Amino acid sequence: MSIAITTQIICFTVLSFIVLIGALGVVLLESIVYSAFLLGGVFMSVAGLYLLLNASFVAAAQVLVYVGAVNVLIIFAIMLVNKKEDLKPINDIKSRRIISTSICLTLLSLLIRVDLTNVWSLSSPQNSIGEESTIRIGEHLFSDYLLPFEVASVLLLMAMIGAIVLARRDVMNEDISTGLPVDQELIEKSSEPLLTNKN
Amino acid sequence: MMHLESIPIQAFLIVSSALFCIGIWGLLNSRNAVRVLMSIELMLNAVNINLMTFSSYIDNNLIQGQVFTIFVITVAAAEAAVGLAILLSLYRNRVTVDMESFNLLKW
Repeated sequence: MSIAITTQIICFTVLSFIVLIGALGVVLLESIVYSAFLLGGVFMSVAGLYLLLNASFVAAAQVLVYVGAVNVLIIFAIMLVNKKEDLKPINDIKSRRIISTSICLTLLSLLIRVDLTNVWSLSSPQNSIGEESTIRIGEHLFSDYLLPFEVASVLLLMAMIGAIVLARRDVMNEDISTGLPVDQELIEKSSEPLLTNKN
Repeated sequence: MMHLESIPIQAFLIVSSALFCIGIWGLLNSRNAVRVLMSIELMLNAVNINLMTFSSYIDNNLIQGQVFTIFVITVAAAEAAVGLAILLSLYRNRVTVDMESFNLLKW
């Protein structure tokens, strides 16, 4: 990479700081809307980390798919289900918090220990191919990863149809082909409109 | 100050470990179902950072880690779409997104 090492370290420090603080904000903030926008910031910073690792294609894919699709989808879901509700208090919340926090800290210390003590066999010329990586990814996708590539297209089609079927709410009164009335109870019971914001 | 040729691999790995653990904490402790999905996205991103780091530092000729990251991004997009659709139909049946109230499978 042609960027000087000092610049790289400064960029890495700033980006990883944003990633970690943003992730803590996503998990800890009270308002779910702030969490969603912070999640977008985390995704952008992760794309910046990919750029530091010389992977411009994956960084672009990260911005397009995560920030452009997943984050917008999450914001839409928040908009559709944002009913203010008073959560029932859990009586053993304190012990749950202690147990889960200790599990996470233990896992974190284990992972960091592995990261620091293992001797990584790094290849000597760092980042040798650089911008050629996009060409290399294309070659991989159409030669030795062709089957996973095709299966991924089937997976996306299944996810699209599944999401439509699961999220659909209006059901027609009669069957299109036979003209018989459809059993509404079987498909979906009628319910209140989604945006019930009465509190 | 010691002389560095590039950012040490451990720095990237530690960031990804911390991001993964934050995701697990959020997964275990969130009451809002949307926040649970967001925590899953955080964990997937941590895994992606790990794959990209190893692809860049260890396997920088045949960048197979980057291809794996592309596939993980694809699966994550499908997972987010289906997960949010399930969330919408859950909300329609229960009129809540509180994780504690989804106890139909509790024995």
